[in-house]
Amino acid sequence: MRVRVLVRLKPGILDVQGAAVKRALMGLGFTEVADLRVGKVIEVELDAPTAAQARARADEMCRRLLANPVLEEYTIE
Amino acid sequence: MRFGVVVFPGTWSDCDFHYVVSEVLRQPVKYIWHRDRNLDDVDCVVLPGGFSYGDYLRAGAVAGRSPVVEALGDFVARGGHVLGSCNGFQILCEAGLLPGALMRNECLQYRCQQTHLVVENVETPFTRGLRVGQVLTMPISHGEGKYYADAGALAKLRKNGQIVFRYATAEGQVTRTANPNGSLESIAGVVNEEGTVLGLMPHPERAAEPAMGSTDGLLIFQSLLGSLVEDGSFLKR
Repeated sequence: MRVRVLVRLKPGILDVQGAAVKRALMGLGFTEVADLRVGKVIEVELDAPTAAQARARADEMCRRLLANPVLEEYTIE
Repeated sequence: MRFGVVVFPGTWSDCDFHYVVSEVLRQPVKYIWHRDRNLDDVDCVVLPGGFSYGDYLRAGAVAGRSPVVEALGDFVARGGHVLGSCNGFQILCEAGLLPGALMRNECLQYRCQQTHLVVENVETPFTRGLRVGQVLTMPISHGEGKYYADAGALAKLRKNGQIVFRYATAEGQVTRTANPNGSLESIAGVVNEEGTVLGLMPHPERAAEPAMGSTDGLLIFQSLLGSLVEDGSFLKR
């Protein structure tokens, strides 16, 4: 089973990487870009009997390692 | 006083710390491998700088869950002291032994330069030999040293006097331009509530002999030695 985890900075935390990418897009003429934030996609292949159990394990992975609760929030697909 | 310097795959300041403790301070010191959980025969564990396990997920993330760091909780509860510099500070935050987190530098550049730190709290074992407002000179060398804590954590840090060092000018003024990485309130180093765990981004081990350009880093070690000898805590363990 494949689980996709999205990890991103919490709203309100300045994303300097996103700001730099936004500036680069503006430089290429994409002047309509109002905001841009960079996050991480982590794809996990795992053995789990049900989708719910796979999600529960992925949630534990996020809490224990994949996301830093001080800075980041995550969603699991 | 017995020091243990932790070595992770990718640590780079381990030999520098070992040298300063053994050759400059003339104290017993040994290396501790990252898989080792036995910390019984040391008084102070040093987490040096570097790129532990490559720092691939986040700086200090994997090391923050390693066997030796998992053993630090008990070690601290038994009265042990921990000094984390650079990657060591990142690891202590990732492990939850210190509040907050270290993020990508605001300038997005790796910064390797001399900095000045103004001392804010001298009531910790690491700073007892210093005075409030004293300026220490020591280098930084990092890409992810921007300290962050949410409003609640920051209020608690302030209330408990856990902010120990801030980036400042050579005269001790905390200014925006003296802040090399965009750290919240120019924070360069914090302690836990008990004052027994210190994390700082600068490198005290690289400011320990006149040939290095500064000996101010030694003051942190000497404060710790003095504190532990004075209150006898290293004899009790």
